[in-house]
Formats: sequence, structure tokens, C-alpha cells
Amino acid sequence: MQSILNSRDISYLKERAREMRIEILKMLEKSGSGHTGGSLSATDIVAALYFYKMKHRPDNPDWAGRDRFILSKGHAAPLLYTTLALTGYFDKSLLDSLRRVGCPLQGHPSSKMLNGVEISTGSLGQGLSIANGIAMGLRLDKNPSRVYCLLGDGETQEGQVWEAAMSASHYRLDNLCAFVDLNGLQIDGRCCDVMNIEPVGDKWRAFGWHTLSIDGHDMQAIVDALDEAEKVKGKPCMILAKTVKGKGVSFFEGKAEYHGVTPTKEELELAIKELS
Amino acid sequence: MGSRDQEQKTQNTDFAGQAVATRDAYGAALLELGKSNKNIVVLDADLSGSTKTKGFSKAFPERFFNMGISEQDMIGTAGGLSLTGKVPFASTFAVFETGRAWEQIRQTLCYSHLNVKLAATHSGITVGEDGASHQSLEDIALMRVLPGMTVIVPADGFETKQAIDAAAEFEGPVYIRLGRSKVPAVMPKDYKFQIGKAYTYSLGKDATIVAAGIMVSAALEAKEILSKEGIDAGVINMSTIKPLDGGALLAAADKSKLILTAEEHSIIGGLGSAVAEFLSENHPVKVVKIGMRDTFGCSGPPKELLQLYGLTAANMAETIKESLR
Repeated sequence: MQSILNSRDISYLKERAREMRIEILKMLEKSGSGHTGGSLSATDIVAALYFYKMKHRPDNPDWAGRDRFILSKGHAAPLLYTTLALTGYFDKSLLDSLRRVGCPLQGHPSSKMLNGVEISTGSLGQGLSIANGIAMGLRLDKNPSRVYCLLGDGETQEGQVWEAAMSASHYRLDNLCAFVDLNGLQIDGRCCDVMNIEPVGDKWRAFGWHTLSIDGHDMQAIVDALDEAEKVKGKPCMILAKTVKGKGVSFFEGKAEYHGVTPTKEELELAIKELS
Repeated sequence: MGSRDQEQKTQNTDFAGQAVATRDAYGAALLELGKSNKNIVVLDADLSGSTKTKGFSKAFPERFFNMGISEQDMIGTAGGLSLTGKVPFASTFAVFETGRAWEQIRQTLCYSHLNVKLAATHSGITVGEDGASHQSLEDIALMRVLPGMTVIVPADGFETKQAIDAAAEFEGPVYIRLGRSKVPAVMPKDYKFQIGKAYTYSLGKDATIVAAGIMVSAALEAKEILSKEGIDAGVINMSTIKPLDGGALLAAADKSKLILTAEEHSIIGGLGSAVAEFLSENHPVKVVKIGMRDTFGCSGPPKELLQLYGLTAANMAETIKESLR
């Protein structure tokens, strides 16, 4: 399949996101293990990144001119794998082997095992520091590539995230744009009950970030925010994306218990019907 | 003043034959590397005066990143820099570098096998007066257990300089353990450091001391003490603790009745454990360990602390005599 990358056509991007959701659900049903809810909540964001905003070459994953994507919330691996497959980094059939012994599609992304994965993640709170380091290195090299990083909302309970928030702003990393996927839920329940992260916008602003708040399922809003982020000078940009965990499948939506649960065969059929 | 001038004049850039703290040799090595290799970048966590990265920061401000007091972020940032082809050296005190940021080192650096060098200073009890909170006695164990990590403990300034150069050339994560206090020169002037290669001064018929870091000079003293009493002891400087030089250990185990390990570190998980693990599988021989015996340190002048915890040449000699009895 020949993908069109860097398209700004909203209906095209929505169609890609829909396709990605179906592939995510299929691979999770097949593997019987993996993170469904947090993959579906961030699908639209990642679709906009890989099919619109990011410069990248699936046939040359190490191309020096590429923009970098760091999946700090590494448990959304099925989302990353699906995106890489649908943009042409590897054959879609590989998605069937998620979490199998000896398979490059590890439970959480492993950069040594799969092309297109910039860095291994999975232990939460570490991705933003890595993104900062890449942004610093690119700047030293006068490389105009940009760095994108996706965090979970529960993940921002990790202290290292705020260390990194401070350094990105201290070093004025305007070649960096991060998202928090605000789906409001974490394994043990609602973020506001487990450990409240609000007021989240005030926090990032106070740390010196250019902060935008959008509906993380409104493709036009995502695309506009990405364009705005690129114009910000002298500070990093944070896009706070309000999302729904399990988005696109009515019976998964907004349910904490689907954080790490995969669909059954029947659920998959129903879900595909809803998405079609 | 006159003697100081003289000392300045006799200083050479490779530190051969010179008594110097290994952290000072590190600072000098970095400065030179910075000139010859534009990809060298340095990160510190608000201790650049103590870790001696300050010289680099002044010479190459655009390639120096002070990360503030945030070791976990420093490790991640170093990882990110390495992904753009830089060769980051990240420095702070050993206890914070390997303890506070251990899981970042595991997940971000080792699991992805990133080309980051961790040069940690103020290791061991010779940190002295700052006390137990600042004395790293577990760092070798913490780093050695990580897949793909190389662990180097240089014995003097000359070896440190070479180890830093070797680490910069080597592809992959490297931990280099450095000290605060001045140490005597112990390596011969024609010594060439190689990662994974121990330096054998001699093998003893009775015992061979396998030492690392500041304990190498004490081991050489112990050998002299023992020889006066008719006991033949050898000394090996095991400056790379991972990968361990098995060949050197086999030769020692072949020749000696006893192996004594000596480290300024806990006897649990460090050099002694590494040596015992290797020999028990490959050439069983009695192994006795000198080191911190499952305890924290305390405040005091370094010399007194070494005596208090039994990390001296006299203690090594005594232990060997007792074990041979």
C-alpha cells in the first residue's frame, strides 16, 4: 500500500485514524494481551503526526532529516506499531505477532528490535527527558528537524516529567512539541481520584511552556495546534489533548478497566462494525 | 610557592607517575577530548566544580549542559543527545548517579544500548567528612548487574586519563568510577589501558590480591609487608570489573593458594563478588574479600575511615596470613 504522508486533508487523516483503530483492535484481540484504552485515546494525535506533520521516510528510518517521535507512554505500543505498519515501516502482517516470543513487537517498544522506534520506553516518566536531549543535539547540529513526544496524563505523576518540563523550558527548546493524552483514567481509576494532576494547564504554563488545550479527537484542532506549535519561538510547546479512553468503541469508552484488557472475538466484531 | 611552581612544571597531560585525584585526571581528559572530538558533550547535576567538568564547561559552553539537581532527567537527556550522534559524559557523585537514576540507566541507556558515558566521582568512603549519605558503596553492584554495561574503576590518574579516552572510543554505555581524594601513581609509565584487560604486577605463590581503584596502591604495600615475612603475594589491578578479565584470574588461581579481593565498596555485589562468581565456576580456589562489610560509612577524614573499616595494606596482609594458616 502506498501511503500519502504529509497530507493536510482532514477527511483523509480521519480515515487513517479509523483504519488505525481497527488494526489496533485486531492486533490486541489476536495477542490477547496489551493496552487497548490508551492506544485508542491517542490514535488521532498520532495519525496527525505520522500522516500530516512529521517529516519521515519509512524506507529509511534512520534518515537524519526526520522528525523524531518519542512515545513516552510506552504502553500505547499497539498504536505505535500500527502507525509504523500503515505508513510502511514494515509489513502489516507483522502486527499479528505482538507480544510473541522472539517477535520485534515487544509488549513495550524496543528500539533495538524494531525499525522506526526511536528509543525503548515502557517505564513511565522518561520520554520527555530523552526528547529534550534529542532536541538539544539537533540544535547543536543546526538540524531543523523537530521532536514530538507523547505522554499519558497519569504518567505526569512521575517526578522526572517535571524535571524535564523545567529543563526544556530552561534550554528554550522550541524544536520540541509534546502532547499529554488527557484521557482522565489510569489503572486504578480516575486520575483525579488516584492522584490529582489538575490544574494541568496552569502547571505547564508555570513551567514556561507555550500551552494549548484542544479536543484530542478533533482532527482539525490537532492539525491547527501542530501548525501553531511550529511557530512558537524560544519555548517548548505543550498540547494538552482532552481525549476519551477507548475512543471509537462505545463499550470501551471511558472505562478504566479497559486500560490493559484486550477485546474478545465478539467484542472485536462489534467494534469493527461501530468503526465502519 | 617554589615547590608549587615546581609541581606545576612537572605536570604532564597524561598523569604518568603523578599522584592526583582520579576526578582531576577526568576533568583534564575531558578538556582534551573536547578539543579533538566535537561530538563530546558533557552533562552535570550542579556539581561541576566537584566532578571537575567545570573546565570543559568554560572551554566549550555550548556543549555543556548543567541539568540542575535532577539526576534522572540528566540521564534521559544524555540518552537523547546520544541518539543524535553525540558522545555524552554525564557526571555527578556516584551515589546519586547510580542510585537516584538507576532505573533511568537501566531502561533508557542499557535497554537501548545507548552510547552514554557515566563518569561518577566521590565514590567510596574516601568521600570522607560528608558521611554515609554521600559515600557510594553499592555503585559497582548496581552498574555491574545491568546487561550491556561496562564498568571501569581506574587506579590512578594515568589510568583514568586512558580509561576516559577508551570509553569515548567505545560504543555503548560505560560506567567509570572516580574518587575525590588524591591517589598515588601505581601504573608503570609504559602502561596501556584496554577495556576488559587487567594489569598483573605479579602472581604470588601464596596469594594474589585482586584490587581495584584506590585499593591497588594498598595492595602493592601489602605485598611488600608480606614479602618481609616470607609470604609471596602477587597483585592484579582489575580496573575493568565488567567485562572481567577471566584469563588473568585463571592464571592467578593456578599459581596462588588464595585470592584476596580488595575494593572500596560493599563486599556484596562488587569486585569481590565478580571474582568469586567467576572462579567458583571456572577454577575453584579460596576467595577472601576485603571491603565494606554490609555497613554504611560515617563522617571522618578519609585515612581514618580506611583504617576504621579495615581497608588498609596492614589489614590485607593480616587477612592473607590468617587465611593461609
